[in-house]
Amino acid sequence: MRFAFPLSPALAGKTDRLSPKLERWASGIDSLDATLSGGLAYGHLHELYATEAIDMSATAGFAVALGTGMVKVGKRILWLRSYREVQLYGVLQASGWVELGATPENFIFGLISDRKDLLRSAVDALRSNALGAVVVETNGRFSELDMIASRRLVLAAEKSGTPLFLIRADAEPSASAAETRWRISSAPSRALSGNAPGAPVFDIELLRQRSGPSGMRWQLEWDRDRRIFIDATASGALVSAPLRRPAAARDARPVRHDQRAA
Amino acid sequence: MPDQCATTSAPPDALSETPVVFVAKQKNALRMAAVDALALTLGLMPGMALADARVRVPGLIAVEADEAADRHWLQRLAQSCIRFSPHVVQHPPHAISIDITGVEHLFGGETGLVDAVADHIEARGMIVRMACAITAEGALALARYALLPVVDEAAAIRALPVVALALDDEATLGLVRAGLKTIGTVAARPRAALAARFGIEAVRALEQLLGEAHHPGTPLQHRSPLRFERRFAEPIAHERTVAAAFAELLHEAAQVLQERGLGGRRFRLTFDRSDGAKHRLDIETGAPTRDAALVLRLFDERIAALSDPLDPGFGYDRLLLTILLAEPLTATQPELDGEAKTDGALAELIDRLSTRLGPASIQRLVPQDTHIPEQAQLALPAIHAGAPVPWPTPLKGEPPLRPLFLFDPPQLVEVIAEVPDGPPHRFRWKRQLHEVRLYEGPERIAAEWWWRKGGEQSGRGGLTRDYYRIEDARGRRYWLFRHGLYEEKQQPRWYLHGLFA
Repeated sequence: MRFAFPLSPALAGKTDRLSPKLERWASGIDSLDATLSGGLAYGHLHELYATEAIDMSATAGFAVALGTGMVKVGKRILWLRSYREVQLYGVLQASGWVELGATPENFIFGLISDRKDLLRSAVDALRSNALGAVVVETNGRFSELDMIASRRLVLAAEKSGTPLFLIRADAEPSASAAETRWRISSAPSRALSGNAPGAPVFDIELLRQRSGPSGMRWQLEWDRDRRIFIDATASGALVSAPLRRPAAARDARPVRHDQRAA
Repeated sequence: MPDQCATTSAPPDALSETPVVFVAKQKNALRMAAVDALALTLGLMPGMALADARVRVPGLIAVEADEAADRHWLQRLAQSCIRFSPHVVQHPPHAISIDITGVEHLFGGETGLVDAVADHIEARGMIVRMACAITAEGALALARYALLPVVDEAAAIRALPVVALALDDEATLGLVRAGLKTIGTVAARPRAALAARFGIEAVRALEQLLGEAHHPGTPLQHRSPLRFERRFAEPIAHERTVAAAFAELLHEAAQVLQERGLGGRRFRLTFDRSDGAKHRLDIETGAPTRDAALVLRLFDERIAALSDPLDPGFGYDRLLLTILLAEPLTATQPELDGEAKTDGALAELIDRLSTRLGPASIQRLVPQDTHIPEQAQLALPAIHAGAPVPWPTPLKGEPPLRPLFLFDPPQLVEVIAEVPDGPPHRFRWKRQLHEVRLYEGPERIAAEWWWRKGGEQSGRGGLTRDYYRIEDARGRRYWLFRHGLYEEKQQPRWYLHGLFA
């Protein structure tokens, strides 16, 4: 039984969907923005695949960074996941969001176990026009997310101009209506003094773009204070006197206390 | 014509042979605030020190007096007395007056009403003293000080002791010393002299007792419950008819809420089927609302989420909408840039998702004042969370010090360290070996010994954790800790607690 239909307003007029002019967010990396013809699009679906399951935290961190950069002032972010992800990857930490420059008071957080409910909630959230971004985090196969479901998500996102980030770990890319598809893993950070791990660096590969080139790869460092990305492969001069050791990966060894001072 | 009926209640006698007294701290001494009937016969009086009472009656039971509970109980009794008359006034600590003007005939006259009130109060386990008088003050004084039952009201009031005027102790003592022992003798004196000697309050109290002046008191507010119902002569089963009837009910409710300046937070819809079955649907909103369309949508969500769908059978013969919780809701003006509108849309989204998936599914994270990482945040249902609490911001230029994901419970790892209490050199997690490339630490987080019993003694305060931020050769960043210092534990274990971005 449904109640609302006697009251619900007449169906809104057909929206003009011939050429949706998408607003874009410039990431701060010129080559990346040029490839994306101006930046990452608002009001669309972006799929973020973790290279390996363990890269889930990097992928989630990349989504937090994107959400933080893209969300407009005063708007909230809805983050949807299920108990399965909690068991596999742990509890999402607001303190971790803070460390990436996000404001957790602007996050709403949904724990939804049923995949169909998850998709439906995401569509409702995108349609509501109340949010700055929606993040959906899933692990493993997601057969409910077929072409029709992803098209539905895209339509909802386009209508409200809300970006949707779909994080997938332990999954193979499948056909979808996404604007961009990325593969993300964490990359070695620029060591701080004392050989401490530095700001997070992400290795991102553009697997697919709906209307544009793809196949490029970047290493981006997230600058929390300015809320933009920095190219980590270019000159490392942005951080004052970094202990940059390109060969560090090969002879990995912690530096002892007495050696660090030297 | 007597028009006031006062009741004074006291807790029932203890059935046991032990006297019970209620004590409260007055002027730094435990004194008795109230005593039971048995204690009274043993010579214990309210106001006596508990130590003195214990000397007289060693076996007495002393219970701490709870003033708030007494007030609450009196209020509940008063509320329940609204069945006798719409005008009920509480007189804390233990009296209620009921204005019975024009209602006693409903209960078979004054005696019938008095019996009904007595039955009602005694059924709740109380002892009651009741009296009727022209004014509430008169009735209260009779109930407190007169010999019951009262036959001649005017004479009984005149025979009351001067304590019944409820003046302060000094004035009462002054009246008694002047030889004025009863209300009658006081009333016989010139009022001007009384006012000059004991103040205008004495004259006012006297006039109220004698029924010459009237003081209305503050009656309990009685609001009809927010219940809206439709009964149907013929059971209705058609979806559209039910929906239309429900929509009408909601509009009716919205109008009443608007008049009272309220918005509903919790709604219940009850369907009474013609065969006697009842279905109840409850919804809850995060903010008070009287928007009928919004409530309809939430009920739709609720119906869609039902595991077995509503079956109208041979039709419903009654629909009942109850607003279980209402809160003040004033009209708001939308901001010029439409900000209030997004807030409304967000609240609506949270309500919808919470109704569909359960309130615990949609959460907001609230900071907690603790150093223990897994307790640093509290997930509250967004529908109940209220205004967002700001989180502390990190220092500029620092790398992330807290992970994005935290394992619960932490995962055991095998660690090889170069020196026993040094940083990890490599570690094995999920059968995979990770080489440590960069590390920072330890960040030492002590257990919260102040919460533990005996935690202030050394060795019983819980284990300290040494946290290390670690990056492996492939750039993954982990948060590891050693559970226990070497002086605290023989072979402390290592755990992986979190993953950084």
